[in-house]
Amino acid sequence: MYSQGLIGADGRTAETPEFLEAFQRRVDAEEKIEPNDPMPEGYRRTLVRQIGQHAHSEIVGMLPEGNWITRAPSLRRKAALLAKVQDEGGHGLYLYSAAETLGVSREQMTEELHSGKAKYSSIFNYPTLTWADIGIIGWLVDGAAIMNQIPLCRCSFGPYARAMIRVCKEESFHQRQGYEIVMTLAQGTPEQKAMAQDALNRWWWPSIMMFGPHDADSQHSDQSMAWKIKRFTNDELRQKFIDATVPQAEYLDLKIPDPDLKWNEEKGGFDHGTIDWDEFWRVVKGHGPMARDRVKDRKVAWDNGAWVREAALAHAEKRRTRKMAAE
Amino acid sequence: MTTTPLWEVFIRPRNGLSHKHVGSIHAADEVMAVQAARDVYTRRGEGTSIWVVRSADIVASDPDQAGENFEPTADKIYRHPTFYEIPEDVGHM
Ligand SMILES: [Fe+2]
Ligand SMILES: [Fe+2]
Repeated sequence: MYSQGLIGADGRTAETPEFLEAFQRRVDAEEKIEPNDPMPEGYRRTLVRQIGQHAHSEIVGMLPEGNWITRAPSLRRKAALLAKVQDEGGHGLYLYSAAETLGVSREQMTEELHSGKAKYSSIFNYPTLTWADIGIIGWLVDGAAIMNQIPLCRCSFGPYARAMIRVCKEESFHQRQGYEIVMTLAQGTPEQKAMAQDALNRWWWPSIMMFGPHDADSQHSDQSMAWKIKRFTNDELRQKFIDATVPQAEYLDLKIPDPDLKWNEEKGGFDHGTIDWDEFWRVVKGHGPMARDRVKDRKVAWDNGAWVREAALAHAEKRRTRKMAAE
Repeated sequence: MTTTPLWEVFIRPRNGLSHKHVGSIHAADEVMAVQAARDVYTRRGEGTSIWVVRSADIVASDPDQAGENFEPTADKIYRHPTFYEIPEDVGHM
């Protein structure tokens, strides 16, 4: 989801060649860059954008899954889903906190999400139609997120790398609980298995689109690779994900909905069929089936929470004046 | 939009270790900051104690002075034990 944060990122800088070379030498030496260190303006801008969009993805990502909390089929599933959704909220907060070290305010990031200026991962603009979708999301969407996030633990920007280490520690549970849901359905009645297959059919292509455009069409990738914000290209990560996921689907006796998917002995990986990039760009540009609902839900939550934020500040102020009067 | 203050969060992973910076949190006051820090940063037994401090109250060294502040230590090699030659016959010291 997270490489999509680079779409449209503008990494151009106006600093002197000496300054840029010195910065690049630090990055090449695997030195971490910390918030107060000198850095090219383009580096800062790229990170603010990417970390912000990553944070928004975690927060918006709570919505499709939250949709099923009250309808989880057992107490065990409900407890797991609640914990997972709470983790995603936590991931969003770790990331907002990392972005804020670069001088962008939380209010500004929230505002940009609500106005549509800032994007979030295209995957969350698809609807969760059945319980099987919750299993598939954990297995594929969190699985794809893990592929993306593990290299981000070594990102050159210290606060982002540290946030990613916390996130990665928590993701494994997300993927495993999802796979367990899908496995239970796949090994259940024929209707349950059909439900799992239907969810896989709908989520497969959007999941592999999460890695973003092909390398040849990915304009801002080179600069981000040089700055070690990114460690692998979109296609490399997509390949890793497909190679890891195909055997997992085979184990469940579920069919990946790509007739062109086949093992390529020479490259030691799977070849896949053509991705519908028109659909991808439509969804990225906010025309996904759930796009309007997602942003609307975030705005409603923000507006309905206004009195809570005001009351908390008023309460804090009251306690402060009482304390001062007592002193 | 009213701004809710920012707090830096420090967690002691277990007794015997120091509190360590883990990130930040927005909260109206210190009581709510500790509660929010517990929810956000300790969902899996990451700690036994939390400190929060207003980000605005942290005093930091000037990054532009990092050279003057920290580089002089590098050329004071006589501060390190390996600077001194002790004959092998003396044994470990
Ligand atoms: Fe997450
Ligand atoms: Fe997750």
